Order: sequence, then structure tokens, then C-alpha cells
Amino acid sequence: MATVVFTPNLKRHVECPTEEVAGATVRAVLDSVFAHNPKLRGYVLDDQGALRRHMIVFVDGAQIDDRENLSDPVRPTSEVYVMQALSGGG
Amino acid sequence: MSQSILISTRKGLFVAEPQGSSYRVTRGSFIGDNVSFTMVDPRGGWYAALDHGHFGVKVHRSDDRGATWTEIATPAYPPQPEGQVEKNFWGKERKWSTALIWSMAPALDRDGSLWCGTIPGGLFRSDDRGQTWRINEALWFHPDRPKWNGGGKDDAGIHTILVDPRDPKTVAVAVSTGGVWRTKDGGATWTQCANGMRAEYVPPELTHAGNNQDVHCLAQCTSTPTTFWVQHHNGIFRSTDDMATWTELSDSAKPAWFGFPVIVDPADPDTAWFVPAIKDEKRIPVDGKVVVSRTRDGGKTFEVLSKGLPDQFAYDLVYRHGFALSTDGALAFGSTTGNVFASRDRGDSWSVVSNYLPPVHAITFAA
Repeated sequence: MATVVFTPNLKRHVECPTEEVAGATVRAVLDSVFAHNPKLRGYVLDDQGALRRHMIVFVDGAQIDDRENLSDPVRPTSEVYVMQALSGGG
Repeated sequence: MSQSILISTRKGLFVAEPQGSSYRVTRGSFIGDNVSFTMVDPRGGWYAALDHGHFGVKVHRSDDRGATWTEIATPAYPPQPEGQVEKNFWGKERKWSTALIWSMAPALDRDGSLWCGTIPGGLFRSDDRGQTWRINEALWFHPDRPKWNGGGKDDAGIHTILVDPRDPKTVAVAVSTGGVWRTKDGGATWTQCANGMRAEYVPPELTHAGNNQDVHCLAQCTSTPTTFWVQHHNGIFRSTDDMATWTELSDSAKPAWFGFPVIVDPADPDTAWFVPAIKDEKRIPVDGKVVVSRTRDGGKTFEVLSKGLPDQFAYDLVYRHGFALSTDGALAFGSTTGNVFASRDRGDSWSVVSNYLPPVHAITFAA
């Protein structure tokens, strides 16, 4: 089971505890979380299911390549971090 | 005069209550969050649109006048056809994804129904008070829609939604930049209604093209619903023939013809209010004086109203939703500087509601 951790900044808006979920890709892992926490999906993904423009996902310390289809592989021991970019103004 | 003022700002939604001859800010919601727009449904319910930046836009509803809020569904675009890349005016990909909630209005043809206008240009409809939304396909898939462009934003958006007092199935929407579109059949078919408007920011052959008209705000007179007013990027326009034609009135506007909001008196089609500014490259009040302009003769002449407003070194800009008229005749506007002013004598004089708020996106009265 992969471990999925969400940026603490999301907790102000929506529940997103750290979870142990199954899945062989980033998409599969996130879908496992969203299946029982559907409200969280729109905070992380856009209307087309791609990663939101200023969000970043790391798998075992490496930033993912495929922001559209989220096809990057995930191992059963992987740690997946869903973070936000440090962009933005006032 | 007892209506509250809802002030949507860059850092929260604030409520100002009547107090003495003016109003006082008494409470706030969503402190720290960007509230792009708030809509009060006269049938019940306050709706607040939030822009969380990294985390996208969200909609919340309150059924107890802002004491508590519940997140409801965000309008979401349909799947983009596989392999189809739509490019905007700037050559960037136009993604079918809600980037901003720019307007909401009660759809008065059915209980609990709402309209919602968004960037990148989709109009949405809910029939269950925002629990679910669906895009208006007739407008989104109209062959002209991809020709709309962003006016100051990457992509076009629907910022005004007017449900016609003659028939709730007749709805006009204004687009920046895409002109004015109207349906008379509840959204099944749409027609461009910008004949007579003029755009200076495109080559001559496109000057009068409807899709290129940057309408900043559209207003309809409730008692004379064939009269509409527009504050446009290039001036002030009025239609007295139910939007068959538009006539420009910019030459008589004082002290400037540029601005964002327009309000028309619901009882008098010849009376309208504006907040003028030096045109687009500066977007500041003329001579550093914040003023409201008012016409009472259909735009032949304009009065400059300044009593109670800052008269020097003031650089407030008022956005298109930043000026409102209550159903009992009070006026209020809020600015990018975080100032809010109100008038209970139709603009002749103004009182300060607050000088310390975050930049104001929208003003909404709540009965």
C-alpha cells in the first residue's frame, strides 16, 4: 500500500488525512482516495482530471512527469506527496 | 433603508449593517480567502464564490444570512474532446476548466434554479440550489464562442447575467470579450446583440464585430425592459429598442467615459450611474478625485457627484460588480483601495462605510 500525504494548507478547506491506499500509478492512488473523499478531488485536479496548475505531486522524492494523465508509476512502498507550488502574490 | 451590504473582497466576505445615517462593518466570513462574487437569491440563500488559487474555485451557500456556510458543487466543464487543443488569443491553450466564477443569478423560471457565469466562458445552470450544475451546451458549443477572448484575463468570461422581467426564459449575458448574447427560449438558442458597439483595440475590419466587443457591464431597466445600458471598454452605450441597436453616448460622459460598472434606475430608463476613470492604460480617477457620474436624461448630460468622496490623491478603481443599488434605493460602491462608500440620496452625497477593507471585488445588497 502506498502512503499518500496532502499539504497541510489543504486541511483548512477540506479533510485530507494521510492514507494508505492501493494503486500502481499516481492516478490510481489518487482515485482510491477520492473514491471515499470526493470533495477533495476538485482541490487537487482540474475539470479535465489533470493536476491543477500550481499543484505538484512527488513520488518517493521525485516530481511526477505526467501532470495530465498522472501515469507515473507508484510502488507498494512508495510515499506520494501532494503539495502546492510556492507561487502567487498578495 | 435597512438592507445590509455584502462586500466581497480579496481577503474575505464582510457584512455592513445600517447604523445611523450610514453603515458599519459588523462581521466577516472566509477571512483570508479571495471572494470573487456573492449573490443573494431573493427566494432564499446567499451564494459566495471563492477563488483559492492553487486549489481552484469553490462555491458556498448560506441559508442563515452568512452565520454558517456549506460548500456546494463547483460548476465543472465537460470532458474536452481527445486530442483537441483550443488556443486563445494569446496562443495559449484554453483549458475547459472553471478558472473563475464571475457572476451568478437566480433563474426565475423554476424554484431553486440558478445561472452561473465563468471564465473561460461557460454558462452553467443548476436546478437544485447548486448541488449539481450542467453547462449550457448551446452557448458553449456555439461556433462563435471560440472567437471570444480574454479582456485583461487569459480567457473570456461571462460577468453579467440578466433574467428579463418580461419572461424568465429570456436571459441576456455579457461577455468580456464577446459582446452580449441573449436567449428567448431558456437557453436553447442564443443570438449576439451587440449591433452598434465599437472596439478600438482590434483592426478596422473587426471594429464592429460582436465577438470583439469588450462589454464591462450590462444593465436592464426593470420597468422599461427594452432599455439597456452598457459600460464598454471604449465608452458608454445605450439601447432603447430591446438591443436591436446600440448608440454610443461617450462624448457627453463626464469626467471620463471609461469605467467598469453601470447601474440603471429600475423605475426610470433615463437615469444611470457610473464610476468613471482615466481610460485603460491608467485606470485611476481623473485628477485623483473619486466621483460617481449620473445621467437623468438618457445620457445627453452627465452630473459629477463628489460630495463625501475623496477629492485628492485618491486612486480607487471600482470593478464591474463593485457598485450596487438596493431594492429600497440605497447605493454603495467598493474599490481596489478597500474603501466602501454609500449613498441614501441617489448619489447626491456619500458616507464612508469603511476605509480599511481588502481590495473589493463585489458589492451586493441583502434585504
